[in-house]
Amino acid sequence: MSFVWKRFLGTVPTLFGIVVITFMLSHALPGDPAAYFAGPAANAESIAQIRTSLGLDKSLPAQFFKYVGDLAHGDLGTSLTTGQPVLVDLATRLPASIELTLCALLFAVGIAMPMGLLAATRPDSALDHFCRGTITVSSAFPTFFVGLLLVFVFYFSLDWSPQPVGRLNEMLYSPPVRVTGSYVVDSVIAGDFNVFRASLAQLILPSISLGLFALAPIARITRASMLAALEADFTRTARAGGLSGRTILMTYAFRNALLPIANILGMVFSFLLGSNVLIEQVFGWQGVGAYAVSAVLASDYAAVQGFVLMMALLYTLLNLTVDVASTLIDPRVRFEG
Amino acid sequence: MSAIDPIARSAFKPPVRASSALGTLAQNARYVFAENKLTLVAVVILVLLVVLAILGPWLAPYDPLATDGTARLAPPTLKHWFGTDALGRDMMSRVVVATRLDLGMAVSAVALSFTVGLALGASGGYFGGWLERGLGRVMDTIMAFPLFVLAMGIVAALGNNVLNIVIATMIINLPFYYRFARGEVNIRRDMGYVEAARMGGNSPMRALMHHIVPNILPPMMVQASLNMGWAILNAAGLSYIGLGVRAPTPEWGIMVSEGASNIISGEWWTFMFPGAALVLAVFSFNLLGDGLRDLLDPRRRT
Repeated sequence: MSFVWKRFLGTVPTLFGIVVITFMLSHALPGDPAAYFAGPAANAESIAQIRTSLGLDKSLPAQFFKYVGDLAHGDLGTSLTTGQPVLVDLATRLPASIELTLCALLFAVGIAMPMGLLAATRPDSALDHFCRGTITVSSAFPTFFVGLLLVFVFYFSLDWSPQPVGRLNEMLYSPPVRVTGSYVVDSVIAGDFNVFRASLAQLILPSISLGLFALAPIARITRASMLAALEADFTRTARAGGLSGRTILMTYAFRNALLPIANILGMVFSFLLGSNVLIEQVFGWQGVGAYAVSAVLASDYAAVQGFVLMMALLYTLLNLTVDVASTLIDPRVRFEG
Repeated sequence: MSAIDPIARSAFKPPVRASSALGTLAQNARYVFAENKLTLVAVVILVLLVVLAILGPWLAPYDPLATDGTARLAPPTLKHWFGTDALGRDMMSRVVVATRLDLGMAVSAVALSFTVGLALGASGGYFGGWLERGLGRVMDTIMAFPLFVLAMGIVAALGNNVLNIVIATMIINLPFYYRFARGEVNIRRDMGYVEAARMGGNSPMRALMHHIVPNILPPMMVQASLNMGWAILNAAGLSYIGLGVRAPTPEWGIMVSEGASNIISGEWWTFMFPGAALVLAVFSFNLLGDGLRDLLDPRRRT
């Protein structure tokens, strides 16, 4: 367990770095942060007032300590566009984004891992080339363009999927009582299967478009690490010992190939959390990404900073989880760390 | 003849002369192109894109900003190959003219991260100590953010214009170049030929610049060309959400976003052509990167 503790302590400098960068983004740049925070409609008097209230007339270190103190109290400032505390805004919208990201991750892992596995068991076969082709092509498509293409094909041309109006067509259905914030889960809790089906149908296209780009790295690393594991001495020994092909593939090779796959997930999360912003914009998804985009365009400064900070914290947490999970997959990591 | 031992057979090959390095490169290139026709296709597409980027404004059939109230949302015809948008502007002219801005943003961002990453990474890897630790810490902190989110935050903080999109894309790519250069320099720092250069009276700086850096340039170039596609996607993504490029300017990302509102009513050409241009550019840069990697390091072929 000492590795897990060490890894926990290792995030402290990272967290400090994140706070410093978000502080620099909001306080230490050329230009007048007070004018940014006041928004486009401010006059000289209100800017001066905001400068004092934000403590921007003090020295930089003093401002930094005030910033950290505010963060410790969960105070991310107030959004100009909604008039709510930024923390409340983000907390209301976060479940929608998490729902979308998780589904995209499930889609990507669910397709990419079997694809990589199959390709590795039959290297240079037609299947292998097909997989490689899919990977190369899918990694050249911008996520937002994939989203629009899917809407065009499945909504406009084929009429298979519902109108892309966000998480639920609120002309037809009313959202379920909020428990977790995810419409799919909440509708099951409420026992309302019409809403469940409707919200699930809304979730499909955005998840696929978001997950498609993440396919490439996962499938590529699965194929490469499976190939390495299948050529390793321990696999040869297992085969010579007469174990069945299935045991060799899943217990011997796959378990060993899992570690590189877990490691690439860090990059995949970075991509998923970033592209969320684009996909939420395409599908009118009311998550944190869409909130951040409207905040950026409205020069709602506190909201943008809060969003960047929250995403960085979430990403750090995910990386931490992956690292701790790696120790369960492969005990060697514990001793090397 | 098939009984000949492969090792013995390779001994009969004529030795490669050091002076014919360029000839070897050309030979390798011919081999790679013959082996992988897609790389050749990528090169051809890229040359075309560069021509469009340079000559675009003269090649475009119409003025990309000229509106035509009589031909709004006209589908592709012989007169307007890619159709027209909601203001009656010719889509083909807009897609063609946008090439310069899109490639320009990506190329300058990649060139900047390449240069800065190489300079920082080489000094960090060569001199080590507090410099390496400090730089490493900064790069780790950049990597602690989801990169597109950080780019958004940087553009929001620095100001909403094209230059800041380039700067943001440069910053989020920097850690990759830094780590690569630092690692490569670290390996070579104590190699025999560098020691020899230092013994021969070269200053540490000169040993680094004249004996190590030229050796890590080729693999760095491969990184850069693999990175180009991603830089294009990043810049186009930022302008898709409305950052950087302002409305009438032709740029692929913002054009896709303008065309998005016409999907529900079926005018597919307004988002399809700029999107396809993006895919084409990214795809050919990715293929070129793979091809270059094969050319320079045959061992890493996948």
